[in-house]
Amino acid sequence: MTQFSYIGKRIPKPDAWAKATGQVVYGHDLKVPRMLYGKILRSPLPHARILHIDTSRAERLPGVKAVITAKDFPPRRFGFAKDRTPLKGDKVRRVGDEVAAVAAVDEDTAEEALELIHVEYEPLPPVFDPEEALKPDAPLIHEERESNLFRHQEYVHGDPDRGLDEADVVVEDYYELGYMQPTPLETCFCLAAFDPSGRLTVWSTTQIPFLLQRDLAEALGIPGSHIRIIQTAIGGGFGRGLDMYSFEPICVWLAKKAGQPVRLAFTRQEEFIAAECRQPMRIWARSGAMKDGRLWVRDVKILLDNGAYVSWGTVTTLVFMETVGSLYRVPHARVISDSVYTNNPITGAVRGFGNPQSTFVVETQMDRLAEAIGMDPLEFRLRNVNRPFEETPQGIKITSCGLKECLEEAARRIGWERRKKKEASGTKRRGIGIAATMNVGGGARIYRSDGCGAIVKVDDFGQITVMTGATEIGQGSDVIVAQIVAEVLGVQPDKIVIVNNDTALTPWDVGVHASRTTFIAGKSALFAAQEVKRQILETAEELLEVSAADLELRDGYVVVRGSPDRRVPFDKVVRARHFREGGQVIVGHGWYDPPNEMVGADGKGNISAAYGFGAQAIEVEVDIETGKVKPLWVVSAHDVGRAINPMYVEGQIEGGVVMGLGYALLEELQVREGRVRNPTLLDYRLLTALDAPKIESVIVETDDPEGPFGAKGVGEMGTNPTAAAVANAIYDAIGVRITSLPITPEKVLRALKEQRSGEQ
Amino acid sequence: MNAKKYPLRLHVNGETYELEVKPQRTLLEVLRNELELTGTNEGCATGDCGACTVLLDGVPVTSCLVFALDAHERQITTIEGLGTTEALHPLQRAFVERGAIQCGYCTPGLIMSAYALLQQNPQPTEAEVRHFIAGNLCRCTGYTKVVEAVLAAAEVSEQ
Repeated sequence: MTQFSYIGKRIPKPDAWAKATGQVVYGHDLKVPRMLYGKILRSPLPHARILHIDTSRAERLPGVKAVITAKDFPPRRFGFAKDRTPLKGDKVRRVGDEVAAVAAVDEDTAEEALELIHVEYEPLPPVFDPEEALKPDAPLIHEERESNLFRHQEYVHGDPDRGLDEADVVVEDYYELGYMQPTPLETCFCLAAFDPSGRLTVWSTTQIPFLLQRDLAEALGIPGSHIRIIQTAIGGGFGRGLDMYSFEPICVWLAKKAGQPVRLAFTRQEEFIAAECRQPMRIWARSGAMKDGRLWVRDVKILLDNGAYVSWGTVTTLVFMETVGSLYRVPHARVISDSVYTNNPITGAVRGFGNPQSTFVVETQMDRLAEAIGMDPLEFRLRNVNRPFEETPQGIKITSCGLKECLEEAARRIGWERRKKKEASGTKRRGIGIAATMNVGGGARIYRSDGCGAIVKVDDFGQITVMTGATEIGQGSDVIVAQIVAEVLGVQPDKIVIVNNDTALTPWDVGVHASRTTFIAGKSALFAAQEVKRQILETAEELLEVSAADLELRDGYVVVRGSPDRRVPFDKVVRARHFREGGQVIVGHGWYDPPNEMVGADGKGNISAAYGFGAQAIEVEVDIETGKVKPLWVVSAHDVGRAINPMYVEGQIEGGVVMGLGYALLEELQVREGRVRNPTLLDYRLLTALDAPKIESVIVETDDPEGPFGAKGVGEMGTNPTAAAVANAIYDAIGVRITSLPITPEKVLRALKEQRSGEQ
Repeated sequence: MNAKKYPLRLHVNGETYELEVKPQRTLLEVLRNELELTGTNEGCATGDCGACTVLLDGVPVTSCLVFALDAHERQITTIEGLGTTEALHPLQRAFVERGAIQCGYCTPGLIMSAYALLQQNPQPTEAEVRHFIAGNLCRCTGYTKVVEAVLAAAEVSEQ
């Protein structure tokens, strides 16, 4: 096995010191001279025509520097379906829609100004239920469209109808999955400033700096070349920053109108109302199997509530299709999905991106099928696992694949044999469940490019600087990039400076999503470092009069192999190459756009250049008196190709598991008639340290042929299988199936009551 | 809103500050905006997330729920008062070295809570750590490495 100097090491990330001491600068910490405070007036109604907006009193308030309404903007739309404007002029389509905005010398004044704006609305009939929204007489949310149906998609492989006839057993369930909020600890932030030549700088918590540049240009009609995005330290993402929201162009336009920099930050309540959330789905699902243990067919229908405008939420059906069509070998599969406009909150990207939903359906039905054919659920899964280097009927080209190992290891460690053998004590019942996941692990082509660039430079002091398109949102991409470059150039990772936050300096990247950063940003940094290594060796050959084949890079020196005394430091190499006639600096660039493809209209295609696999075994304790489910212990095993930094791979798994437990048991944005009823962290509950169970992360390495040093992505995988594993464990404990999330004590008690009445 | 300002004397991290603030200002706002001690973060402003935890006379409080004037003449310790990047406090070092920091937004509050715990209970059990930091929400780490870091720091402090 290859010996690495820095790959596979538990090295702290470079921002950890500043974060531990409070010296790191988040967006919310920023202040610039003459900075104003922006605030947005939001609609209190879910659906209404705007008859009149009177801003005159707000404009007269001392300290107010700008008040804007839709009339101040160029007539342009933005968003996935180009269905929204930053401020709404004709009508509002959800509670929280942006109607007017102000910039003032301080927050108190800005808030007071909002109260002085008078908006006259004419309420329109709203529609909150996606099934109601599809009826012919439903109120139209976007009147220029003929219906509230945004899109209808169908995916088929094999012959699902025949498959359902042929299968020895078929199980059928109806699922209802609710809203979940990404809930990073830092709320949305934007600071916009124009310089005297009219160029715009935006400091932002975005996860997509280069797409934000483009989105702002399109929304506002200012040239993209005049827009620079600087990412501050970002207090978490989880998908929240994957789309431009209205507040960003609003902030820019306030700055333009006021002629001063404007800062706009969400309150926590605004974050709950206006940040995009995981899309609710209603799902009708059937799965069939043969008595000999072959998985035979899956047939799924989805109704997805987009909310008032379309964002990335509608694309989650693609991920849904992958799980249904390709997790385990399945000869027949069908997914039919409708995504629908309602007057509800906007849905977007949240960690897992459709996969926690689809895995919940697929993996609870795997257990049901196993039971129906009288087979152990682990055994049933193992018989149907995906294997390395096979192509699924969906066109997904699996390369490295450790699904079998993950299932076996998770089951072994949790003590699978204890299942069904547990004794009840008092009102507590224990159960064990397992669920697997497949996730894109080599990018996901949902945009024209899935690429990322990197530039590596060595200066005449020997300092190595990496400029990468990758976005650090806490996951540790900067240390991963540093370790990869360090490995190639033979320097310690902490000697490398990473620049990753400024579109004026860093090469393009599509954004931090789809667990793609290690794979893609890592590989582009690898290419750039290899080019720098070539340049260093080329000059060192001259200096040392030794062929490059006999040279190696170690601790900032070029060293003659076998003669450690014969060496030359990097800075000397750089100066020798640079300070001479026809000299050159040492700089290498790398660009990596993975060999994956856009999924076709038929839902087929190899969306990723590698796939991550994982399995999670969970032990829960259910109190049959209170209905409370307590997760006791989670074993989460993941095939990550290779762990560049095991400490942060574990961090992704552990954090992902707890987010998945939130989805399974606790977290639900309660939306009634379009209103978020629990917009606080007291009422929207995240797991605390007391709620979080012991988590055992297991890293399975399969050395992916395409990934940098064999690595694949891991970011979302811990979250995907958790709810399914919890539901399966609850069934093991008390024999009831709960098919809606979160699994609250009320639902458990109701299910137990139904179970008892069924027995009578 | 433009109420009268009142004099305020704060002792923060061993330094004394003479200020004038409006009565509705919270300790968090004064620390961040007046003293530019931005290590203490605002996550919710309603006392639910713990990101703004500081020590007030040695006791951890969510500074978003404390009126600044109520901290008059009292001792306040913030994350900036613990260690520096060159000389980290053992808790800070353990958080860095054990991967307990991801986005880092909750980190200062968590470290201040853990610091208060170790002051009153230098050798806590894992259960005691989890109980004590339950008021500090973290979305990134799942708490595993945070708890490990606090226990490791306790061990170091003992030696």
